[in-house]
Amino acid sequence: MDFLTIIQVLDSTIRLSTPLLLACLAGLFSERAGVFDIGLEGKMLAAAFFSAAVAALTGSVWLGLLAGIAASLALAGLHGLASITFRGNQLISGVAINFLAAGMTVLIAQDWFAQGGRTPSLMGGARFEPITLPFADALAGVPVLGPVYSELLSGHSVLVYVAFAAVPLTWWVLFRTRFGLRLRAVGENPAAVDTAGVSVVGLRYAAVAICGVLCGIAGAYLATALQAGFVKDMTAGRGFIALAALIFAKWRPWHAMYACLLFGFLQAVALRYQNIDIGGVVIPVQAMDALPYILTVVILAGFVGKAIPPRAGGEPYVKER
Amino acid sequence: MTAGGDTGRRDGAVPAIELRGISKAFGPVQANRDISIRVMPGTIHGIIGENGAGKSTLMSILYGFYRADKGEIFISGRKTDIPDSQAAIAAGIGMVFQHFKLVENFTVLENIVLGAEDGRLLKPSLAKARATLLDLAAEYGLNVDPDALIQDIGVGKQQRVEILKALYRQADILILDEPTGVLTPAEADQLFRILHRLREEGKTIILITHKLREIMDTTDTVSVMRRGEMTATVRTSETSPEQLAELMVGRKVLLRVEKAPAAPGKPVLEIENLRVIDEKGVERVKGIDLTVRAGEILGIAGVAGNGQSELLEVLGGMRAGTGTVRLNGAPLALSGAGSDGQARRARHIAHVPEDRQREGLIMEFHAWENVAFGYHRDPAYRRGLLMDNHALRRDTEAKIAKFDVRPADCWLSAKNFSGGNQQKIVVAREIERNPDLLLVGQPTRGVDIGAIEFIHKQIVALRDQGKAILLVSVELEEIFSLADRIAVMFDGHVMGERLPGETDETELGLLMAGVSGEAA
Repeated sequence: MDFLTIIQVLDSTIRLSTPLLLACLAGLFSERAGVFDIGLEGKMLAAAFFSAAVAALTGSVWLGLLAGIAASLALAGLHGLASITFRGNQLISGVAINFLAAGMTVLIAQDWFAQGGRTPSLMGGARFEPITLPFADALAGVPVLGPVYSELLSGHSVLVYVAFAAVPLTWWVLFRTRFGLRLRAVGENPAAVDTAGVSVVGLRYAAVAICGVLCGIAGAYLATALQAGFVKDMTAGRGFIALAALIFAKWRPWHAMYACLLFGFLQAVALRYQNIDIGGVVIPVQAMDALPYILTVVILAGFVGKAIPPRAGGEPYVKER
Repeated sequence: MTAGGDTGRRDGAVPAIELRGISKAFGPVQANRDISIRVMPGTIHGIIGENGAGKSTLMSILYGFYRADKGEIFISGRKTDIPDSQAAIAAGIGMVFQHFKLVENFTVLENIVLGAEDGRLLKPSLAKARATLLDLAAEYGLNVDPDALIQDIGVGKQQRVEILKALYRQADILILDEPTGVLTPAEADQLFRILHRLREEGKTIILITHKLREIMDTTDTVSVMRRGEMTATVRTSETSPEQLAELMVGRKVLLRVEKAPAAPGKPVLEIENLRVIDEKGVERVKGIDLTVRAGEILGIAGVAGNGQSELLEVLGGMRAGTGTVRLNGAPLALSGAGSDGQARRARHIAHVPEDRQREGLIMEFHAWENVAFGYHRDPAYRRGLLMDNHALRRDTEAKIAKFDVRPADCWLSAKNFSGGNQQKIVVAREIERNPDLLLVGQPTRGVDIGAIEFIHKQIVALRDQGKAILLVSVELEEIFSLADRIAVMFDGHVMGERLPGETDETELGLLMAGVSGEAA
């Protein structure tokens, strides 16, 4: 394996990690506030479809992005309504959203475009184009650092940079601001927030909305940057891998990034090498695909430290004396 | 005795809090009916009443959790509307709940600042809070480490954090709901010293409790509630525990159980060199020897966490131990097969566990389902391969009637009964089995006076039938009123045994603190 191959695999790692990272941070905001969200997958899928559809119809990827965020926000609102206002079961609501998105996207796609549940291929301004970082071309010739900068770091779409910038931002919001303190508190003990005179419902809706926006960007990235258009079930379990990464990271932003990079790397390797031959033992590609989930089970089983979810997670808040 | 009368110190002519005609109903239940009180500034006012008398509802109205259906609230003479907790805080009301409202994995400082931050960024808020905290700590003797995590400090300290939270929000009126329920006697004493200090500084304190001694020791005035109504407001110095108890319950109550001297028979439970190591590898019971005879109550006194719980759990089959334990002369398995709760019941050991909500009941289940626990294999509850739920419900109804569980509804979930009635269900389930040995832990924790009297009577009645009873309680009063013999545990050891007539609280207190007497 030469240096350029490594760079290419890592480059693909970054691109494949991006939707995971955005969805993972989305889940982080929601779950830190005590609202479990297994509907990340559905929100991403809806965002992927609506961003691709609107981008295809208007020719503007930015309008597509907005449409994707709006669609994801609408589903997040639904989740909020079910689990915060009506105090329903958060898991059931999430499952329902996943099914809703899976069915609805294909149905509308067929109705609008009549291409077997896909959108037309996106071209030109309807897609996010790679951005070339300054001096990328000039530095390309420098040994080692040149390819790292010009191939690995440069040449991604703007959403990739947004995703990675969101990591320190999330950390800062959670641990350095009033909003973050309250958000974390409401996921641990909503009664403490309530008796302190702060609205539990308001905080949780805010968290769910942030989750919706981030899932929207993740979905739009899938359909308008990573690929050129929407196809049926294109999220392919990324929402669940993001959840796995969230548990793996124990609900911490920086660790979420590491986990997503790891899982993205596994996907990149699986994509490039169908079957890996290690000294005569062939590892099938399915094993690579399953690895994120296996790692999560290992984490949950307590082999690598203990993953303690936010204490009030999954429970609707009912005021008690 | 004037209901809603002008009591307390008269130098501050305007009451700090005045309630006029507060009423609140939940469906058909009238939780508060036309309640009026006046609390003068700089006093400690007690509100006493049984569980379900409406004390907590009243305070929740004051703190903006519920809105009263009728009535007015005046704070320092000004009519005040309290729609939510924020309004209560703004009106200078601070509340220390029975179950603390703290974020466990936050620091003390973060908990204090939460909801009362000064700006969008945390750093300046935390810095300011740190300074204020030091001032408050010095002023009122409320020392806590601002950087400690809540989960790492004891309940006494956690309660201080709650008080500090209120003071940080500049509360002038402090409401404490059952503040000593989770505290050791020493911690409770400390709390009352702090409350007196707060009173001296001009704060007004409302103390909600069902413990008569606390009312008598600390308050200036006291209001008694019964079934949603304020039955009396009196000066503490002009009343007596007996009078208050009668006002609370509506009839004369025995504060001490009347019991004949014990007539101990042959040994039922013999414990030799019992050791228990917990899941963290810490030795909690360090080789103890005890004997409980037929027809006697052995009371185990001690501050919580000195091995009593583990002792009960091993005997009840919830935990493994080593050593020799004999029941009626035959050995009892302490680990492995035959050491579970089912095996214990087969040997006629009944167990009223310390924490009824976690170990005694399933809160979401109906009363009749709870009555089956541990005895679900009873042939009387069986019909072929299935359970005979009708028989079980008939049995539950009989137990409910005998133990005066209220409401007498076997279809009600355990969580919908008051603490006292929950405990009655557990005690009924265990005592009605007529066991040879009854293990009972904290039988009256969080239970109101009427129910305490009833439960104590049942325990004594079982003893009088010649059964052996092992009682663990952190309430010395309870130990003194029930036990025929008292063993004190400290740090996993039995520090000594005493007869109730030949010892006093001071001596037991010393033993509980690990100071052994002459030849303990």
